Amino acid sequence: MSSRCLADCLLVAAAALALGGCQREARHDSSKPIGGTIPAGESPDTIYPGNGAPPALDPRAARYDNNSPALAEGQFLYTRMNCVGCHAHGGGGMGPALMDDKWRYGGRIDQIAATIAEGRPNGMPAWRGRLTDDQIWKLAAYVRTLSGQPSKDAVSSRGDEMSGTTPATLTPREKPRSADTAGR
Amino acid sequence: MAVTGETLRRVSTAVLILSAALSGAALVSCNKQPATQPNDLAKISPGPHALPPAAASPADNGNWEMPGKDYASTRFSALNQITPANVARLGLAFTFSTATTHGYEAPPLVVDGTMYLITPFPNNLYALDLTKPGAPQKWVFKPEPAAASQGVACCGTVNRGAVYSNGRIIFNTLDGQTIAVDAKSGRQLWRTQLGNIQKGETLTMAPLVANGKVIVGNSGGEMGVRGWLAALDEGSGKLAWKAYGTGPDKDVLIGSRFKPFYPMDQGKDLGVKTWPPEIWKLGGGNMWGWVSYDPATRTIYYGTGNPGPWNADQRPGDNKWTTGVFARDINSGEALWFYQTTPHDIYDHDDINETILADIPWGNGRRPVLLRPGRNGFFYVMDRRTGQVLSATSYGHMNGYLGVDLKTGRIAVNPDKVPKPGRVGRNICPAAPGQKDWNPSAFSPLTGLVYIPHINLCMDMAVSPANYIAGTPFVGADVKMYGGPGGYRGAVTAWDPIARRAAWEVHEDLPIWSPALATGGGLVFYGTLDGWFKALDARTGKLVWRFKAGSGIIGQPISYRGPDGRQYIAVVAGVGGWAGGIVDSELDPRDPTAALGFANAVKDLPGKTTPGGMLYVFALPR
Repeated sequence: MSSRCLADCLLVAAAALALGGCQREARHDSSKPIGGTIPAGESPDTIYPGNGAPPALDPRAARYDNNSPALAEGQFLYTRMNCVGCHAHGGGGMGPALMDDKWRYGGRIDQIAATIAEGRPNGMPAWRGRLTDDQIWKLAAYVRTLSGQPSKDAVSSRGDEMSGTTPATLTPREKPRSADTAGR
Repeated sequence: MAVTGETLRRVSTAVLILSAALSGAALVSCNKQPATQPNDLAKISPGPHALPPAAASPADNGNWEMPGKDYASTRFSALNQITPANVARLGLAFTFSTATTHGYEAPPLVVDGTMYLITPFPNNLYALDLTKPGAPQKWVFKPEPAAASQGVACCGTVNRGAVYSNGRIIFNTLDGQTIAVDAKSGRQLWRTQLGNIQKGETLTMAPLVANGKVIVGNSGGEMGVRGWLAALDEGSGKLAWKAYGTGPDKDVLIGSRFKPFYPMDQGKDLGVKTWPPEIWKLGGGNMWGWVSYDPATRTIYYGTGNPGPWNADQRPGDNKWTTGVFARDINSGEALWFYQTTPHDIYDHDDINETILADIPWGNGRRPVLLRPGRNGFFYVMDRRTGQVLSATSYGHMNGYLGVDLKTGRIAVNPDKVPKPGRVGRNICPAAPGQKDWNPSAFSPLTGLVYIPHINLCMDMAVSPANYIAGTPFVGADVKMYGGPGGYRGAVTAWDPIARRAAWEVHEDLPIWSPALATGGGLVFYGTLDGWFKALDARTGKLVWRFKAGSGIIGQPISYRGPDGRQYIAVVAGVGGWAGGIVDSELDPRDPTAALGFANAVKDLPGKTTPGGMLYVFALPR
């Protein structure tokens, strides 16, 4: 492919992205924080003292949620960091299933990122300082694909495992229970 | 190379002729057997069958003091009040809730009017007073193991049992401690930290106590944990010796007394040389199953677990001393012999299953042997003095192996099934949990048969590079299991170790994850994953009694004589473990690789049972 063609292609792609207002292919460099928040929805079974409103979604979520490169890298990390050894390809084993509608510690991407970073008391290891924040967010983004949360045009159509599991593009979206307040 | 079926049959015939010819001699030896109280063994057949050695299987005192019942690991109670003729009237005597909802694999222990229960995590120890109506609680000891240990237990937060010895109850906790408690007061006597959960090391096995030593081994073959077997001083809990399952000879306690029978197991530092550089440090060979003991020679017998990672391409070589049998001096821990049942294991075929001590008719007397229903699907009869394999016979559906060469001792792996990077191994039988997993068989001296509770599953297996991170899984494989041929997933096989064939076999729809119990009344008890507790006629396999428990049964049934002189049968129901994780851990079977592939084979189980933890004790009506 000539560089001219490449430039043209990129232009077309960029135009398509701009037109669609779509962030799924955006690649972010890590130096630039992204502002703004995604409005949080109702949380069915978590108490938020005071006015009952859940905390605002961490603004970093927008860079990773529904973002194809982030999901792909998260998928790679999920295998290489041995998440798969405990949670399998979403069905669980030593650790709980991640493809169902149940979230012990919340299914919002920032809640999942917190779980990965800090660990949880019944055996979930703490990865803070073992993985970079960027890697943790990518993992959290991928974990949400196991229960079909991201939009289907962002996820990978093929898994890393042997055939038998439903591809992420066909994974039905579970309506999250517990503290998932993303509501998208 | 591999011994063909034809050769096996010829050997079998030869053994049969030999045993028949020498049955006279066997009779004499058999009649001298003081194994159990004369009353209880009134009906013993004097036939030329296998018998446990008297020293390792003394007269039944009506207690149940260790999971295997005796050092020979017979799981045979000589009590004979309950028989096929009256078992229909067997009814519930009392129950007790263990306050747990995870897989309950341990047996109750009974010692002189007190029953002891050790639960899965959090490993609480209950004492129940059998002398009072309803068996009220005497005390409970709570060791409070670290909660995080639940996250590094490969196959459920199970505990396989406590043991009674000299006024102490001794057991392991999931987070790596061995604890001794005063049996009368429930007061702690000592506790020793042996395992480190930061490395993914847990303790799930039941210790064996003999000759003043507490024998303990670690779990963690799926976490890159280097296996070991340790001996603690029974009185103080201090470490006496520790023998690793991989590494240099000095770590494995291999010295001048080590005399393996086959050349494949001979050589210096094979625990290093049969691995790629340094991989033996992460190589598994753990001991989370059963230890037997021969008091006559002060020798312990046990098998080692799978090598790690599961992806065998990352560890070319025989991977000593994983997936094989050790004989060791209990005092020093020195290895006496070793036989590697499955060199370079590919399918997670741990060799930690029970080792039953028996003496079988041979020559002009009896030959001391080990009876080992192997996870790889072969039933091994081995000379316990030398480690020589006398026979290795498949006791279920098998295509992953072609046979065992009795000359070299080497198993022949079917090359067509082996998964390779980029090539999924399909329809491999038996699957990763083997023809039979941890749940032990029972051996009846009345019939000479080994009652094997086992499974009939096959699998697809794909391998990928495993990445070692301490405290996380080190597996490198995706597995998907499903029912084997024949339309059943479990079986109880009454195996004749001399004739090397099944006397009878009973099929179960679901895989069997509960151990078996044989009784002097001629019954065999076992439980099913959906909660049926069943009694079979030990001679025919006919179902003579059953009871539906509130949760699936993977616990070890026992029989004891109560303070009132009556025979009782006890078992704890509580589904879980590797087979039942889909229920107690709410795994999602839409992912066929859940629970290392087991969830796929028992997709129907959540519709058939629910989690629980309940002791059930049965007796005949007064």
